[in-house]
Amino acid sequence: MIRYTIGRLTSLILSLVVASVVIFAVVEVIPGDPAAYMLGVNARPDTVAALRAELGLDVSLPQRYLAWTTGMLQGDFGQSYTYRSPVSQMIADRVWVSVPLALFALSMTVLIAFPAGIYAASRRGKAGDITVMGATQLGVAVPNFWFGMILVLIFAINLRWFSAGGFPGWDQGLFTGLKALFLPAIALALPQAAILARVMRSSLLDMLGEDFIRTARAKGLSRRQALWRHAVRNALIPVLTIIGLQFSFLLAGGIVIEQIFFLPGLGRLIFQAISARDLIVVESVVMLLVFLVIMVNFTVDLAYAAVDPRLRART
Amino acid sequence: MTLPRSLIFGAILSLVFLGAALLSFVWTPYNIELLDIPSRLQGPSEAHWLGTDQLGRDIVSMLMMGARTSIAVALLAVGIGMGLGVPLGLVAAARRGSLLDEVIMRGNDLIFAFPSLVIAILITAVFGASAVNAIIAIGIFNVPVFARLTRGAALSFWSRDFILAARVSGKSPARISVEHILPNIGNLMIVQGTIQFSLGILAEAALSYIGLGAQPPTASWGRMLADAQTLASIAPHVALMPGLAIVFMVLGLNLMGDGLRDVLDPRIRRGRT
Repeated sequence: MIRYTIGRLTSLILSLVVASVVIFAVVEVIPGDPAAYMLGVNARPDTVAALRAELGLDVSLPQRYLAWTTGMLQGDFGQSYTYRSPVSQMIADRVWVSVPLALFALSMTVLIAFPAGIYAASRRGKAGDITVMGATQLGVAVPNFWFGMILVLIFAINLRWFSAGGFPGWDQGLFTGLKALFLPAIALALPQAAILARVMRSSLLDMLGEDFIRTARAKGLSRRQALWRHAVRNALIPVLTIIGLQFSFLLAGGIVIEQIFFLPGLGRLIFQAISARDLIVVESVVMLLVFLVIMVNFTVDLAYAAVDPRLRART
Repeated sequence: MTLPRSLIFGAILSLVFLGAALLSFVWTPYNIELLDIPSRLQGPSEAHWLGTDQLGRDIVSMLMMGARTSIAVALLAVGIGMGLGVPLGLVAAARRGSLLDEVIMRGNDLIFAFPSLVIAILITAVFGASAVNAIIAIGIFNVPVFARLTRGAALSFWSRDFILAARVSGKSPARISVEHILPNIGNLMIVQGTIQFSLGILAEAALSYIGLGAQPPTASWGRMLADAQTLASIAPHVALMPGLAIVFMVLGLNLMGDGLRDVLDPRIRRGRT
């Protein structure tokens, strides 16, 4: 396990280094002069020069890269050019929308997928199974942002059960906050729930064909008892990996969903920064999201190896 | 042998959209470049089967033109993925265990680790929003998918007798890869290609929805949805139709992929369902 952990840790660090180099290159090297890019074509040369000095662009590229990465490691994400405030503060404000949204969506994904997958597997080949599988085919095909629009149309505009967008803040109470995130979370969760339900079903079916289930049935357990006591627990191992991967999808997918529901999260921050050409913000938020996703994947890998020793031996 | 129903149904759905996209090159019910403001936001009627949008353009015509964009972007992105991924996978398998194999596979892992949507947004944000950049952004993330699949499948063939025979007859690993392995993994690539195609349609829609895909006047389903968002309460059909087009196109491709897998890879048919 230690060797495996060291191996994964090395590739984690490598991933983060490569990610930071790629992001730095895409944002700061390829467009040419970031200061000129941020100010647009009509900027006066002295304004561009002033911004260059302010952003610390006068030093060489490697120096800039080092300053950026070491700054981030110390929690300093630089200064936003358009908002004149520290990027770390802007991120801190918005993480409290984006991460709870992803977690909320993840719990909904599980709440929808587990019963659906288990039900389908237990009724394999029957009408119930076919219905659930048909629904998941449809669920996978639905773009989450369109589903979000439809939800707003039905539940916010026509039924007026929820607000069409915006976020009142957590200081208004947990319930108010969760209510504001409910529709966005459903929109995010549906396609992922469809995928997870399929994984749950096929993993469970694999288990139901195993010898230990036959043994359980032979010693007198009913089908239902064997399913719940033995199959479901073992089927969870591959399902957990998928859940981990889905969390990173939900985190990244939130970017688009936040646009539809006007949620003040990291996604909206990225888009505002893109349209304001505030490269410092774009660069740092993208790096943060990539960092979160890579960390989640890393944790899932370790958790998976802890549960399933066969995996450790492979690498 | 009877074809699976999912294949037939999926192929019909996909062909309808493909046909509509091809037809749009020579004919659409209305010219979408001509605005007809007085007849804007009309519901479905005999003149406009699916109604008109906020500029009075015929939605059927818009969907046909949008199908062209979606299919072109997704197809080219699959092309990039296959064009780069398959050779990389073949090389990695032919030189398995070598440093080159290690570098290719680690590179794949790296790309896999990135959140694709975030990177696609970064690319299109910096290089400008356009269909070409959307193709590149989606295509890059197809490369590791095909490389991994190719390597895995190719490795299983390298230990087979007919490959051994080819090696004994003096063929180089490169020739064996192209002449013997490539034809054998073709089926697998077709199935995966169909799946990546459908994912590409969804990705293109998401990118153009947030304004980072094809730019006006090129019609695209994602941007039709973005335009319709503020109108959804007064003219729901404008928001409904492009979404349904995406759903049916993706559903068709997914069903086709499932069906193709059943037909082309009988081993899986026995194992699953």
